[in-house]
Amino acid sequence: MFLIGYSKEARKKRDILATTVIVALAGFILLVLASLLIYILVQGISAINWEFLTQFPRESMTKGGILPAIVGTLYLALGSMVISIPLGFGAAIYLSEYAKQGALVSIIRLGVANLAGVPSVVFGLFGLSLFVTTFGFGRSLLSGCLTLGLLTLPTVTAAAEEALRQTPASFREAALALGANRFQAIRQVILPAALPGMLTGAILALGRAAGETAPITLTSATSFSPSLPDSPFNEAMALTTHVYNLATNGANIAGTKHLQFGTSLVLMAIVLGLSLAAVVLRARLRRSRKW
Amino acid sequence: MTKDPTEQKQKPRDLVEKSPDEPTLSSVVSVTDGAVFFDEVDEKPKPPLKIPSLEGQPEAKETYQEAFSRAIALKPRLSKTEHGSRLVFLLCAILAMGQMLLIMVFLFTESFGLLFSQGGSPGVSLGSFLFGRDWYPTYPDPSFGALALICGSLAVTVVSTALATPLGLGLAMFLSCVAGRRTREWVKPAVELLASVPSVVLGLVGMVVIAPFLQETLNLPTGLNLLNASLILAIMATPTIASLGEDALSAVPQDIKDASYALGATRWETIWRVTTPAALGGLSTAVILGLGRSLGETMVVLMVAGGAAQIPNSLFDSVRPLTSTLAAEMGETAIGSRHYQVLFALGVILFFMTLAFNLLAWYLSRRWRSRR
Repeated sequence: MFLIGYSKEARKKRDILATTVIVALAGFILLVLASLLIYILVQGISAINWEFLTQFPRESMTKGGILPAIVGTLYLALGSMVISIPLGFGAAIYLSEYAKQGALVSIIRLGVANLAGVPSVVFGLFGLSLFVTTFGFGRSLLSGCLTLGLLTLPTVTAAAEEALRQTPASFREAALALGANRFQAIRQVILPAALPGMLTGAILALGRAAGETAPITLTSATSFSPSLPDSPFNEAMALTTHVYNLATNGANIAGTKHLQFGTSLVLMAIVLGLSLAAVVLRARLRRSRKW
Repeated sequence: MTKDPTEQKQKPRDLVEKSPDEPTLSSVVSVTDGAVFFDEVDEKPKPPLKIPSLEGQPEAKETYQEAFSRAIALKPRLSKTEHGSRLVFLLCAILAMGQMLLIMVFLFTESFGLLFSQGGSPGVSLGSFLFGRDWYPTYPDPSFGALALICGSLAVTVVSTALATPLGLGLAMFLSCVAGRRTREWVKPAVELLASVPSVVLGLVGMVVIAPFLQETLNLPTGLNLLNASLILAIMATPTIASLGEDALSAVPQDIKDASYALGATRWETIWRVTTPAALGGLSTAVILGLGRSLGETMVVLMVAGGAAQIPNSLFDSVRPLTSTLAAEMGETAIGSRHYQVLFALGVILFFMTLAFNLLAWYLSRRWRSRR
């Protein structure tokens, strides 16, 4: 046995030491992460005011607001969901409700899992090649939305499938036993039960889409636009690319620090707000679920 | 175990004396240095249940099992909506999966021309592309050696994972084995929330906070280097590793842990000798997915890794990983040019590197699941 060879005191000392190390590690990480958030908050909060949120950038983006970037990010994130929610939910329904659980389905599932790990910049290349060049959409909101939609599709699909699989088999059987066909069972019994879980995944994906930078620099972003986009074929600003541009090739990098952090803060408010909403929704769902 | 009753009697170590007619109900557990194995409970096959014949009816030829399997094999007639909806959902699934193939096809077709001469410039051979050390894509006489970029990617990935693994697993152990239920319910969602901080924001922090700090304390020419990028990537990967690791540790059955405590093991001994070995597959999956995340991360390395295309000799060297090269150079490249083709070829390398990591993670988690 592995316990032989240590005195009781030595083992106890080891236990206390190891526990201390684990707690210290955890405390250290949480401290780092918390101080990171606080630092961004403190640096950025001074830039935030009504003008910052509702005005266009002025004087080579060293003054003024970030309205077009906020609008661009919202367009891109919501537009990507128009692609990924219908496709993702449909794929999830097929995988969980229709497909026979065999080799083909495992391959599809493996493919979806793999896609979720493909770097976002590779999706950017793909979008550049397919939407911008081949389809001729050019660098535009439309290309960006399509690229981000494909990027978030695996996440949405996996989360939706997980939610569908968590509805008990008895729901399906009961609906089918009452004479419903598959589609009726899905539409009227399974989807209502699984929908909150599926939407939680979609909200997380929405947050991810809003926080992406590399794919949209390749497919849709512009560093400055004098007007809000009024057609899907316009280029658009985005919060993420705006932070990057200000921080790396802005007109006055050191002098616009507060703008950089202010933009970051707005971006994080959107992304973390969405994630927080998803987490709260999920916790609530878990508590209220009766099965 | 064998079904032969005489052989069973000869085993003196069996704790329960079994009568040969009854199915054995106890499973024997053997503990060998931390690893726990369960013997399978063997059951005698049940005799098929006959359907009782009703009065005046001929005796049923089927058993219940046969009747049941015949009933579920009957295909119900499909209505039009049923057919249509099924088709639509199938189409979605094919699209979701076909994307994988599409990405490969487009990456390959865009980079394919690289190998052949085009408009006077000779083709780039595969060997000189993969193993060439010189990356001068915009020179009049350009050279496209990707080795320094590949090494840069691997370097930031390895260093950041080396930093993030102990931190992430420590946090996972804390959440799963040390913290109370209340603490866990608060801390875990908070950690997951932090995994979704946009990378460009972390890159900004690396530029503004960590770079000057490194430059001053270590007296370096610049703070934008391999170490800085690895630190930021570690901050990004730690929540991922911690969250997935916690899932793996918590999935270990409670009775194994209870058995360990009942043998007098302390908490640390239980974590280290029982829980961790049992969760090893899940834990390694967590680390590999963290690794994949570092490898594919673009904005952080673009902003803080320095951007010099060289094979790093020390932690303080500037590097230029694959991802940042793509993001930095794609904007100023003419579509279809040699440089454009080379950048897509870098995308191919990146795609297959992450694919390898994902497959490894998938394989490990699968092997782990089948063992449980």
